[in-house]
Amino acid sequence: MLQNDQLVIAGKSYGSRLLVGTGKYRDFQQTADALAVSGCEIVTVAIRRVNLGQHAGEPNLLDFLPKNRYTLLPNTAGCYSADDAVRTLRLARELLDDHRLVKLEVLGDATSLYPNVRETLKAAETLVSEGFDVMVYTSDDPIVARELEAIGCCAIMPLASLIGSGMGIVNPWNLRLIIESASVPVLVDAGVGTASDAAIAMELGCDGVLMNTAIAAASDPVLMAHAMKLAVEAGRAAYKAERMPKRFYSATPSSPSLGVISTRKA
Amino acid sequence: MLQLTINGEARQFDDVVTVADLIRVLALTGKRVAVERNGAIVPRSRHGETPLRDCDTLEIVVAVGGG
Repeated sequence: MLQNDQLVIAGKSYGSRLLVGTGKYRDFQQTADALAVSGCEIVTVAIRRVNLGQHAGEPNLLDFLPKNRYTLLPNTAGCYSADDAVRTLRLARELLDDHRLVKLEVLGDATSLYPNVRETLKAAETLVSEGFDVMVYTSDDPIVARELEAIGCCAIMPLASLIGSGMGIVNPWNLRLIIESASVPVLVDAGVGTASDAAIAMELGCDGVLMNTAIAAASDPVLMAHAMKLAVEAGRAAYKAERMPKRFYSATPSSPSLGVISTRKA
Repeated sequence: MLQLTINGEARQFDDVVTVADLIRVLALTGKRVAVERNGAIVPRSRHGETPLRDCDTLEIVVAVGGG
């Protein structure tokens, strides 16, 4: 229905507004199946030390992701300083053959996984100056979002609630503030728990949603991937269609008032 | 004998001169890995010509599942 409604990030167009992480699935096959059903085009991956005792034939995630189907989005999950995040993404660029699109996240607390904004800003400056296209995970502070955009980040990705919490959109008003002032795409990253959360994010005007646990931790991840695809599409269409105004105290019937078989006087 | 710290682990090697030698000894040849030596990236195209020195610190990484 929506024609030419592309998500443009760092100059590249995507048909899907759902971005999916590759962690926490039962196995690589389930990862691949869920990604395929979600219709996503951008998938996040983490960068980790190779297991030195690894068997030569041990499968690798990248072998299960069809080449040219997905744009990989290496992240800095687990990094608690700007330096570690920058080093991780330099390694990712080398690993993925001069790949520039990255997800920056610098954590500040191991319990809440809340972002460390100061370190995030610092890392963003370095990465942008080195030519990376930085999609940045951040708090839902609209002033921080504006500063990250000013640094040159290509997408702002505020949390909807804590990473892996499934608590949904806890502060829609802040998301609205960020969306209304940003001129780069705003994507909800973290906190989505079920399909309605994703739809709400899109109805608020988010340009996309990034999720991992909501799909991977469902009892049936592949079915939930399908639900998320529909929810993101439905929420986007509803946003573009522009919903009716809310009218709490003046109910209006949808059917004609005249011609009702009734003895009740109008 | 070459003393290296690889991914935080102290390891000793004979017959390892370059980064490419190390990758081979670790049975990682042909795998998608990236190498950082003493804080600087060693591009894949230079593995064969980059010598390792005693006490070098290396990070060798792969892509794994993550959000």
